[in-house]
Amino acid sequence: MRYLPLSDADRSEMLQVIGASSIDELFGDVPEELRLKGPIEGLPLHASEMAVERHMTALSRKNMVAGDGPFFLGCGAYKHHIPASVDHIIQRGEFLTSYTPYQPEIAQGTLQMMFEFQTQVARLFGCEVANASMYDGSTAMWEAIVMAHRITRRGKTIISSGVHPHYVSVAKTMAKFTEDQLQTSLPELSGETDAERLIAAIDAETSAVVVQYPDILGRITDLAPIAEAAHAAGALLIAVVTEPVALGLIRSPGEMGADIVVGEGQSIGVGLQFGGPYVGLFACREKHVRQMPGRLAGETVDAEGKRGFVLTLSTREQHIRREKATSNICTSSVLCALAFTAHLTLLGEKGLRQLASLNHARACEAADRLEAIPGVELVNHSFFNEFTLKLPVEARPAVHAMVEKGVLGGVSLGRLYPDVEALQNGLVVAVTETATDEDIAALEAALKEVVQ
Amino acid sequence: MTVNPSGWRPSAPANEQGEAQTVTGNRALMLEEPLLFEIGSTEQTGVDFDEFLPGTGRGASVAGGGGPSPERREGGPPPSGLRPATSPSRGGSRLAGLERSRPIGLPGLSEPEAVRHYTRLSRQNYAIDLGLFPLGSCTMKHNPRLNEKVARLPGFADVHPLQPQETVQGALQVINELAFWLLDLTGMYSVAMSPKAGAHGELCGLLCIRAALEARGDKREVVLVPESAHGTNPATAAFAGYRVENIPANTAGRVDLDALKARLGPDVAAVMITNPNTCGLFEPEMKAISDAVHSAGAFVYCDGANFNAIVGKVRPGDLGIDAMHINLHKTFSTPHGGGGPGSGPVVLSQALAPYGPLPFAAKYPDGSYKIVEEETAGEEHPNAFGRMVAFHGQMGMFTRALAYILSHGADGLKQVAEDSVLNANYILRSLEDVLDAPFAKSGPCMHEAIFSDKGFAGGLSTLDLAKALIDEGFHPMTMYFPLVVHGAMLVEPTETESKASLEQFIMAVRSIADRAKAGDQSLKAAPVHAPRRRLDETLAARKPVLTYREPEPAQAAE
Repeated sequence: MRYLPLSDADRSEMLQVIGASSIDELFGDVPEELRLKGPIEGLPLHASEMAVERHMTALSRKNMVAGDGPFFLGCGAYKHHIPASVDHIIQRGEFLTSYTPYQPEIAQGTLQMMFEFQTQVARLFGCEVANASMYDGSTAMWEAIVMAHRITRRGKTIISSGVHPHYVSVAKTMAKFTEDQLQTSLPELSGETDAERLIAAIDAETSAVVVQYPDILGRITDLAPIAEAAHAAGALLIAVVTEPVALGLIRSPGEMGADIVVGEGQSIGVGLQFGGPYVGLFACREKHVRQMPGRLAGETVDAEGKRGFVLTLSTREQHIRREKATSNICTSSVLCALAFTAHLTLLGEKGLRQLASLNHARACEAADRLEAIPGVELVNHSFFNEFTLKLPVEARPAVHAMVEKGVLGGVSLGRLYPDVEALQNGLVVAVTETATDEDIAALEAALKEVVQ
Repeated sequence: MTVNPSGWRPSAPANEQGEAQTVTGNRALMLEEPLLFEIGSTEQTGVDFDEFLPGTGRGASVAGGGGPSPERREGGPPPSGLRPATSPSRGGSRLAGLERSRPIGLPGLSEPEAVRHYTRLSRQNYAIDLGLFPLGSCTMKHNPRLNEKVARLPGFADVHPLQPQETVQGALQVINELAFWLLDLTGMYSVAMSPKAGAHGELCGLLCIRAALEARGDKREVVLVPESAHGTNPATAAFAGYRVENIPANTAGRVDLDALKARLGPDVAAVMITNPNTCGLFEPEMKAISDAVHSAGAFVYCDGANFNAIVGKVRPGDLGIDAMHINLHKTFSTPHGGGGPGSGPVVLSQALAPYGPLPFAAKYPDGSYKIVEEETAGEEHPNAFGRMVAFHGQMGMFTRALAYILSHGADGLKQVAEDSVLNANYILRSLEDVLDAPFAKSGPCMHEAIFSDKGFAGGLSTLDLAKALIDEGFHPMTMYFPLVVHGAMLVEPTETESKASLEQFIMAVRSIADRAKAGDQSLKAAPVHAPRRRLDETLAARKPVLTYREPEPAQAAE
């Protein structure tokens, strides 16, 4: 077996040193009757690299590849071009095959990268501090809700109807067990967000208001009045960003008063990968850092006075605090954080602004063309690179019909909200820099046909 | 604030060994690397775009110059050409009037600079690719490169999670095939694939248990956790709303069955057990433990972090376990990546299966696959406790783990367990005469061997041995864990180490152990050959510096 270096001769020499007569003797603590006598039956035996590659390649070919044709899906996962050097960097064995940096003297590479990542995330979100990553955006949002609970000592959270329904679903699942109260509602196919209703709902019991920016329909709302109202009631504002590229063009949530900003970092540096692994972003105010979940890299000096980095404030974490920890998170998503930070470093502020502008321009162009199709209505007054169309027909079958024409034309709201009649004609279309003129034309033509 | 040429200076402090100093602070292949914020510029970029903004002239601003523009330093509007786009057709803003007006402070690097920055950083890391990485309970085995290759096939890497299901049948088949293997290897009834890592899997298992108890109207409040458990176990139980109580270990390093039985009662929801446990020992009475827990109306959660020792040798389902997470990034070789991403599928017993989370992949008699999510859950999986993540789990880890499993096959996986246990016992027996090995007399260990610093002289401890190992070119073992052994050193070599590699490690540990027992104070200085000496963690925690701040303006002026 190519991954196992021991030879049979090694094995018998080693058994001799150990003083055991057989390998099975080493498994003596496993009761005899429970020990399997041979390889588990019914399962295939070992295979060559070539055979495995052939099998996996065959499976991969049964999927429709986003990059193979016109592609317009978003709703929390976005297709952007990733520079080739990003994948090269994350495949450096010293990053790929290292562990959580518990021994800082020989993990400065990961620690410095985390510190740089934290700084980039904090600046992008307009916050003072950020952690070194969470699993993904949805779990980061739930962690933000419980963090707000710890800070405010209040148990009621108001979640905007514009938050990704999977994120809401994760929060609802968790809240069942923690007895946090969540106030949720469904979005409407309207250009207006629910900002005013959120403000009206804030009361003295409210721990936090959670708002997605831009939201699930692509709408952009000014967070400042919501932050103001929350703060006036002693509550916090949690902002959720699922498309961080947008922040190259629009104001950061922190700038508008958000106390905790979480997000999904996939769209910078991490491929679509059918939903994972992705990377959760988590930033907040410095005064709340001790309530924050997750790993943190901090600056310090070594015994010679040289600058170095270590994991710090670990008294918040499970391996020290056990049941009193701020979260149970251990392994997070550091390699994806590396992809994020490397891509953002390649972009720089200038590149990020260009990328964001290009996305917005492409989306504006697509929106204009699609809106011109008879019967198709553009729901949004505002959007970054994603907007919602109201079709004259149900969107789910329309999406399937477009697949027949080789076009992945968007996400139907029916997929995300299967039981909500009023949303069934909604189609969310994301247009990034990867969409060519021909792609947009193909979408226009396909949509025109399927709505007739 | 965009450029900071003066913020970073190489430090070349006095060196007591009298080694020649260099003006750069570099030492041949050991290269110092400043922070991105000290070398980058917000005007630099390593990415070129095909097109540029409508109305600003195609590509015009891309040729723009290097340094910070005067407007930026004064906090004015961004340089021309980087104006936020407005609607090309409607004239007005479609950004709700929320265009960014202030600079963000994100420096960029050109591609050669970026590649060098990260390559230099990478070289300050230890990694499995460089040598033995014996972190106990972490299973740092070789990460096969075939796995990386298949995960990057466009049909897996470039597929959106919300694509219509008819366009992702191959992805669903991967999930299904992997699930099939995991069920066969564990002898369990069903598997929840979506948890993102081990601790997330623990949470999944406990939520299944809670849902099952609530379904029978049973409100139990306590989860029992052995003292030797991973910190995630009590943290998870608390996160799931339970009160945590410890159960003691006996002198043989196993769960004290009598103490456990005495504590079981109508308030206990579950017992969380790690098997093999964190002392590297199999719980021989596991079946009796499970029976006792079940007859008290509670469930058995098993932390599967140490599954590597028993994969293909014994099936958790035969031990009476109700739920167990499997760290694909341990047993099934997906890379640890400096702290994730991981993946923690949870296998479930028949009693818990109805409560597993959404979504899950199912195979239909016609050979098609489907993701059961909110839409059809009502008919197909009505008792699901809910959803744990957006989308469907760590697909990129599933492809890697499946490639690993197919490569080994049923015979190879059994060999994995056997070799990992053989390697650990070889270390145990080769070191027990120089290092205290608290459980060595009770028999063989499983895939990891535990030692302690008992007998070290001159105030030396586990930490000093660990840091000295760094100088010898090894990553240290897990230190001070589990808590049940004072000054613990937990060594897990894994099956991917050769005999020669083990012997070099043994030689190094023997030499350092001898010095530690002789009270050799020079160990306190270790490591001396690493990129950094011991780092001041107290300072880092007392005055946390968690993000880069530009030096005061007076210093930053050119």
